[in-house]
Amino acid sequence: MGSSTGPVLLIGTRKGVFVCTGDGARSSWTLRGPMFLGHIARHVMLDPRDGRRMLLGVSTGHLGPTMFHSDDLGATWTESTRPPAFRADDDLGRSLKSVFWLTPGHADEPGAWYAGGSPQGLFRSEDGGATWDPLDGWNDHPMWATWAEWPEQNTPDGSMLHSINVDPRDAAHMYIGLSSGGVFETTDAGNSWRPLNAGCEASFQPDPDIEFGHDPHCVRLHPRSPDRLYQQNHCGIYRMDRSDARWVRIGDNMPTDVGDIGFPIELHPRDPDTAWVFPMDGTDVWPRTSPDGRPAVYVTRDAGATWTRCDSGLPAPAWFTVKRQAMTVDNAPEIGVYFGTTGGEVWASTDEGATWRRIASHLPEIYSVEHADPHPSLR
Amino acid sequence: MNVRIPTPLRSYTARAALVTAEGTTVGEVLADLDRQFPGLGFRVVDEQGRLRPHMKVFVNDEVTRDLSTGVTDTDVVTLMQALSGG
Repeated sequence: MGSSTGPVLLIGTRKGVFVCTGDGARSSWTLRGPMFLGHIARHVMLDPRDGRRMLLGVSTGHLGPTMFHSDDLGATWTESTRPPAFRADDDLGRSLKSVFWLTPGHADEPGAWYAGGSPQGLFRSEDGGATWDPLDGWNDHPMWATWAEWPEQNTPDGSMLHSINVDPRDAAHMYIGLSSGGVFETTDAGNSWRPLNAGCEASFQPDPDIEFGHDPHCVRLHPRSPDRLYQQNHCGIYRMDRSDARWVRIGDNMPTDVGDIGFPIELHPRDPDTAWVFPMDGTDVWPRTSPDGRPAVYVTRDAGATWTRCDSGLPAPAWFTVKRQAMTVDNAPEIGVYFGTTGGEVWASTDEGATWRRIASHLPEIYSVEHADPHPSLR
Repeated sequence: MNVRIPTPLRSYTARAALVTAEGTTVGEVLADLDRQFPGLGFRVVDEQGRLRPHMKVFVNDEVTRDLSTGVTDTDVVTLMQALSGG
């Protein structure tokens, strides 16, 4: 594995998995891969609870979806013996097309993982991803077909369940995001659910003030301040403080010529007032490229009241997209921020967004970039 | 009977292009393949028992998507995927 003490980035792409490892100074990076060349790797995640178990959801254009796990940072992999799937006797006849999102379970539930799918199923493993079961309380909820807008509307990348957030204070308290459908919450480990979209706009709906039917792109719960949520939505950037349970559009404070459309949102692991976004052009036919072809990350350090443009070192003009799982942060004293592009580049900032440099290029289209903190024995 | 395995599924068959399986229907043959090569079945047939959209099954020279199609020991079953996309 080498002897690096720096960050490890797990990169899921349209053509396989790569691992990018930094040195302690985060100045030199080495790239390993591809693993699973030709497989569509939507999400790769290392378990932060043990630093050993790594999960990967893959599919190909022809074969059904499956999951693999590795305990040696990808040197060897084992396929799930029962990958995520809907129940065989499913009343709606659903079949899983892809595993789109992975989230480790609560710290008190070692081995527990959640997977979000396309279509919008939710699945749980209790053995580190070796076997999976449908979470019936969600998948068979009487409102599921309505919330998930079933039958599928065949959007270009399919409908998807993402942004699975587990409350660090309570394993039974979780949030999920549906694209589309909205944000939903459970307080009983997934047996019952309710929409959580008040205050969030849905400008593409006939009634923009509806209870559900929204399009969250990425929802993040702050680990140190779990009553605070941030959301990058189809209709802007929002924050929710649970005392009032209402989304507030903090993206209104972005420059008007940039707007507040985008896909990823990442939070400072220690400061609940700091978040990074990557604005995209949501006008006209939704190019999903940076406004005016000038890529920039924006950071807020006051919970969305003000935003600062961070583009020093980034190319312009440039016409790439950053997908919702393709931005991540490390946990260094001065936070490192990273994003991967649809053009196959990984960009890094080791000064919290102030300056950027490219640390990997010529990769396939990047779907996900996740910071990993491996167990010392794996370094 | 003999079953021809396409390249995307050979990670399950130790790279073998030709294997043998038992069954009186295409579905039974696929189930036997999954018993021999765990995991292969779900890549080909979804959880509702439907052949996945881009998979094809030939019994000798005849293509079928009906997993109840009958087969005999002298037939050759060919699994094939419709290559598409980039």
